[in-house]
Amino acid sequence: MKSKSNLEKVLEAGQFAVTGEIGPPTSADPEVIRKKAKLLRGCVDAFNVTDGQTAVVRMSSWAACLVGRDEGLEPTLQMTCRDRNRIALQMDILGAAALGINNILCLTGDHQIFGNHPESKGVYDLDSIQLIKVIKDMRDEKKFQCGDEMAVEPRVFIGAAANPFADPFDFRDLRLAKKVKAGADFVQTQIIYNVDKFVEWMKRVRDKGLHQRVNILAGVAPIKSVGAARYMQSKVPGMDVPDAVVERLRGVPKEEVSKEGTKLCVDIINQVREIEGVAGVHLMAIEWEEVVQEICEAAGLLPRPS
Amino acid sequence: MLISEQKPLEEILGYLDGEQKIFLVGCRGCAEGCKSGGEIQVEEMKHKLEEKGKTVIGQTMFDMVCDEPLVKVKMNQLKAKIEPADSLLILCCGVGVQTLAAATDKVVHPGCNTISLGGAHAEWREAERCLECGDCVLDYTGGLCPVARCSKHLLNGPCGGSQDEKCEVNPDIPCVWHLIVERLTKLGRLDKLEEVKGPKNWSVSLIGGPPTTR
Repeated sequence: MKSKSNLEKVLEAGQFAVTGEIGPPTSADPEVIRKKAKLLRGCVDAFNVTDGQTAVVRMSSWAACLVGRDEGLEPTLQMTCRDRNRIALQMDILGAAALGINNILCLTGDHQIFGNHPESKGVYDLDSIQLIKVIKDMRDEKKFQCGDEMAVEPRVFIGAAANPFADPFDFRDLRLAKKVKAGADFVQTQIIYNVDKFVEWMKRVRDKGLHQRVNILAGVAPIKSVGAARYMQSKVPGMDVPDAVVERLRGVPKEEVSKEGTKLCVDIINQVREIEGVAGVHLMAIEWEEVVQEICEAAGLLPRPS
Repeated sequence: MLISEQKPLEEILGYLDGEQKIFLVGCRGCAEGCKSGGEIQVEEMKHKLEEKGKTVIGQTMFDMVCDEPLVKVKMNQLKAKIEPADSLLILCCGVGVQTLAAATDKVVHPGCNTISLGGAHAEWREAERCLECGDCVLDYTGGLCPVARCSKHLLNGPCGGSQDEKCEVNPDIPCVWHLIVERLTKLGRLDKLEEVKGPKNWSVSLIGGPPTTR
């Protein structure tokens, strides 16, 4: 075992993993996290805590991780390169490991222009791939990026993101290969609605043998409304929502759309788990944590290994 | 004045690894002024490369390599001479390297680092810019600058927000990484990007204020 992570244990045992996601509040209120964490408890092997998603100021990821952990869940700290240089990132990696956070997901981060402080200065001293390598060197070589050595290394399980739906498509498996080369232990993908494209990407991933070197968790999420589906289809860069998905939601009476949205999510889970090389799912029911248990139950993902 | 200085010869030879026939380009503008890519430096580079076993199949001087129309016309005239070359080694600022890259399908290597533009920027602000980062990466990226043109200064490929060849930040901004992948694919050099590019040395840029390490 590379870390003390429960997620690593589940994956190492060859069990199909389930991870969840929580967005911290735009306030100092820990109750918001506690409430969401309770809804995920028993359904997921670990839960991600976003790091200022869409560049909006929120409670820091590491703090929200600890609040959630107190509710009996294993946290995955999301770390973006947008707001911290390599000095601050390494300090937070040490701090997170010291406080018992065992999973870190490395991201470049949403650009600051999208958030509520568009005039801020983006840092991007490192990119996500460099951050993966920095953490790997800290853990496995006991070395900081500058080469200095440390006495006690952060024993964390290293995560990365992958977006099979962004362009240029032909580069996407190569980019994953770089993340694996840099030291990623697990990967969580962008939300999958276009299963055919995901299948094609996974084929390329398998052709490179990457599925044997990294645990791939397929990203899934329920859709609440036709409006939400159309918004994701047209406004969110890097999202691929086929017309058929919008049509399926439109095809049911209005009061049943959210139910159909969760069913769709279950269907996609059932499809992606059949694909060779998919080691688990990452369920992102952001601001809709109430349906997590229902989805996990319907997809036959419960009970989770203890 | 766009101030540039020659990269260490070892770094340049690393770029030229596996290539034999080299075509040299210098600039009578700023690069001559700061003795990084004038006639004399191009001649010196020719000898240095020949000493290391390379064949310099030709060399040329531009009045201003940053003058896009002039470069396109002259590159057209030079086409037959350049054709047999494995690559072009360009001794001038990052703007000039990018201008040449836009005018040829040959591999272009930067021979200099641009350390300060002295306040003056080139003419094509949206298209071909140099951020005076002091540690030129144009060799790795096929002559298109991700430091100046990627909204996140990424060094390892396009982020998850690249869609339809555009940057997630604004549909008017081309995703430079898309262009880089496209160009390297065309040149048959996409394998260059398989390397995990390590953290950049920002201390030689102007990011932290006036340069202190030189």
